Amino acid sequence: MTTQHPRAVATRPRQLLTATAVAGSLLAVAACSGGSTGPSDSATDGASSSPYGFETVTQDPTSAITIWVDASREPAAEAFQKAYPDVPVKVETYDGGANGSGSFQTKVEAFNQAGSGWPDVVFSTQNNDAAWASQGTDPFAAPLDKGYFDQSWLDGFTPGALAPVTVDGTVYGLRNDLAPAVTWYDKSLMDQFGYTVPTTWEEYQALGEKVATEHPGYIVGDIGDPWAPEVYFWGAKAPMNTVTGVDQFSADATDPNTVAMAKVLDALVPSGAIAQESVFSPEFVQKYTGKVLMLPGPVWYSGALFENADSLNAAPGTIAAGLPLAWDGQDAATGNVGGGTWFVSRHSANLDAAKKFLEFVTSDARYQVDLAPGLPAYQSMGQQWLAKQAESKFFVDGFADDVTKAAGEVWDGWGYPKFSQEAVWAKTMTPEIAAGKTIESLLATWEKALKNEAQANGYKVS
Amino acid sequence: MSYVFVSGYVLFALAFGVLPTLYALWMSLTGSQGGFAGLDNFVRAWQDFRFLPAVGHVAAFVGVWLVSLLVLVTLLALIVHAIGRRWLSSSVRFVYYIPGALAGASSVVLWLFVLDPTVSPVSAVLRAFGFETFVQTVSPGNLPVVFAIIAFWTGAGGWIVVMYGALNSIPVEVLEAARIDGAGAVRTALHIQLPMLRKWISYMAIMSLAAGTQLFVEPRVLSQASHAVVPVDYSLNQLAYLFAFKQSDLNGSAAIAVMLLVVSLGLSAFFVVRGGLFERD
Repeated sequence: MTTQHPRAVATRPRQLLTATAVAGSLLAVAACSGGSTGPSDSATDGASSSPYGFETVTQDPTSAITIWVDASREPAAEAFQKAYPDVPVKVETYDGGANGSGSFQTKVEAFNQAGSGWPDVVFSTQNNDAAWASQGTDPFAAPLDKGYFDQSWLDGFTPGALAPVTVDGTVYGLRNDLAPAVTWYDKSLMDQFGYTVPTTWEEYQALGEKVATEHPGYIVGDIGDPWAPEVYFWGAKAPMNTVTGVDQFSADATDPNTVAMAKVLDALVPSGAIAQESVFSPEFVQKYTGKVLMLPGPVWYSGALFENADSLNAAPGTIAAGLPLAWDGQDAATGNVGGGTWFVSRHSANLDAAKKFLEFVTSDARYQVDLAPGLPAYQSMGQQWLAKQAESKFFVDGFADDVTKAAGEVWDGWGYPKFSQEAVWAKTMTPEIAAGKTIESLLATWEKALKNEAQANGYKVS
Repeated sequence: MSYVFVSGYVLFALAFGVLPTLYALWMSLTGSQGGFAGLDNFVRAWQDFRFLPAVGHVAAFVGVWLVSLLVLVTLLALIVHAIGRRWLSSSVRFVYYIPGALAGASSVVLWLFVLDPTVSPVSAVLRAFGFETFVQTVSPGNLPVVFAIIAFWTGAGGWIVVMYGALNSIPVEVLEAARIDGAGAVRTALHIQLPMLRKWISYMAIMSLAAGTQLFVEPRVLSQASHAVVPVDYSLNQLAYLFAFKQSDLNGSAAIAVMLLVVSLGLSAFFVVRGGLFERD
C-alpha cells in the first residue's frame, strides 16, 4: 500500500472539485501495473556463438561485477575482495530469497522487463531456484558445464551436490554448502539425564514423551521454521514434494510415512517437547538456551545456532551431530535444508571476473574452510572444514563422520520445484499448529495447498 | 492563466494516472504474444486459487480500517478542535502527525517489534489478548485488525490535521449562533460541525479507499519478518505482483489491477454521490 498523505488543501469548497479529481487519478494509479516493453530477445543456446554454450554479451574485463549475497555470505565477498583487490566488484546484500520470499526471482523478472540491471552473480538460500532461472524466454542463469567452467573443476563437488541445480542434464548453479539434516543433541544433558540417543523415529517419540514429563521445559525438536517439513517429512520419506520431469508434481498426505510423521509430531508438540518458536527468534534463544536436549536440523545449525554467541552459544564439547533417524527396521534417510547456491547471469559483461569469484567462494580455503559457517559443497573443502571442526573439538561424538554419512543419506524422493514448499508450509500450517490443531488433521489442507501452488506455477498435478 | 495552473496537474495525471490505466486495460485484454484475448486473463486470475481469499482479505482490511479511520479521525479532530488552549491543541496535532512522517516500510518494521510479545513495549496488552508468540499475534484471523492498526497509526495523524483545518473553515458566526441557542459541544458537533464536514469525510473515505485497496507494504514486510507465516499472497496487489514477477504473467496481473480499479471506482462513486462532493454551493 502506498501511503498517500492527505495534502493540506485550501478549505474553499470550490477546490473540492480539484480534490476529487486528484482522488480519481490516485485510484487510477492504483490500477497501473508494471510496464513492459515486450519480451526481450530470447537467449537461444547457440553453442556456436560462444565457447561457453550460451550467447554472451560484449565482454569488458574492466567492468565491475555486481554480486548479490545475503547477510551471512557477506564475509565470502569480503574475503574475495581481500584476496583479489584488483578485480572490481560491487557487493549488494538482499534477503537471499530466504523462506521462499521469492525476491531473487521477482527482481530478475523486473530486470527482464526493463531489459537491463541484472546482477552478475547471485547467492540464493533456496536450492530450487535453478528450476525457474534456467527456463523462460529470457533465462537468467548461465549454463556452467558447457565450457564456462572446466569439467575437472566441477567434478570436485561432492557427488550429488549439484543435483538441485541441474535441470535437464545441464548445470545452472554451484552449491555453496551442503545442508543435510542431522540429529543434533546435547551430549552432556543426555548423560546428565541418563538417556540414550535415539536412532529411530519411534525411539525419538518415546524419548520426547519422557522428557515432557521428567524434564519439562527441555526440548527434543522445533517446528517453528518454514523448513520443518524438510527436516521431519523429507527425513521420514514422506512423498509430499515429488517432482517428475520438468512439469509433474505430486504430494501424498495419505502415505503411511506422512501420517506416521504427523503422529510423531502430534505426540510431542502439545507437551512442548517440540518447540514452536522459530530457532532464529528472540523467544527461542530466551526460552531454550541450555535446554536443547535434541534438535533434528540442518548441518548449518552448527555455526548458526550452537557455536554462535548471539544464539544458543553452547559450551564447547557438549553438542553432537547424531545420524539421521530411521523408521524402525528401515534404512535411515534425511532431508536437505537449503544449502546455498550461486548463479551467474547470462547477461554478465565480465564473465571472467564472475568465474574467478565463483571459484574462490566455492573452492578456496580462505573462505570455505576459514570462514564458512556450514559444510562446504566442494569436496576437498568439505574434508578440510570437517577436519578443522574435529580439531577445534567444539562438537563431539564423531561429528565429522556423522555429517559425512548424513550427506550421503539425503532421500531422493523430494524434488526441487519452481515454488517454495517452505512458504506453503509456513502459511498453511504454522499458524494452525500455533492455534492448537493437530498436524494429522491438517495434512489434507497441506496437500491441497501444495498442489494449488504447483498448479499455479504450471505443473501438472497428480 | 487558469490553464497554466492546471497544466502541471494534467500532465502528471496523464503520465502517471490515465496512460498507465489505459495500458493496463489494453494488456488485460491481450494475450502474452499480443492479440485480443477477450476475458481470458480475467477468468484465469479469477480462477486462481489465491484470488478469492485475497479479495476477502482486502475487503476485511478495508472494512475494519475505513470504519475506524472515519469514526476515530472525526472524533479526535472534534476533540482537538474543542481544546481551548492554543499551545495544547497544536502540540497534540503535532504528536498525532509524527508517525505519518515515517515512510511506509520503516513504520512497518517498527511494528514488527510492537507485535512480538517477547520484545514489545506493550507485551502486557498482547498477552491480555492471549498472544504469547509472534506467530499467534499475526495469525490469519488477526491480520485485518493488525494491518488496520498499523495503517491507522501511520495515516490518521495527517487526516486529523486536515479535518482540523476543515473545522476551522466553519464560520464563527454559525457556531456563535448555535451557542446562543444553547447548544453544547455535543449538539454543536452533531448538528453543525458533522453536516458541514460531510464533504471532507467523503474525501477522506475516497483517498483512504484508494490507499487501502492497494494494501501491499504491510503484508510484504510482515511476510518476510514472520518467515512467510503471513502469506506472500495475502492481498490483491501482492497477487498481482506475483502474477507479474513470479509467474511472468503480466496480462493476468493487469487483469487483477483492472478489477481492483473497477471496484475502487464503484465504491468511490458511492462516496462521491453520498458525500455530495460534486455539489456546488
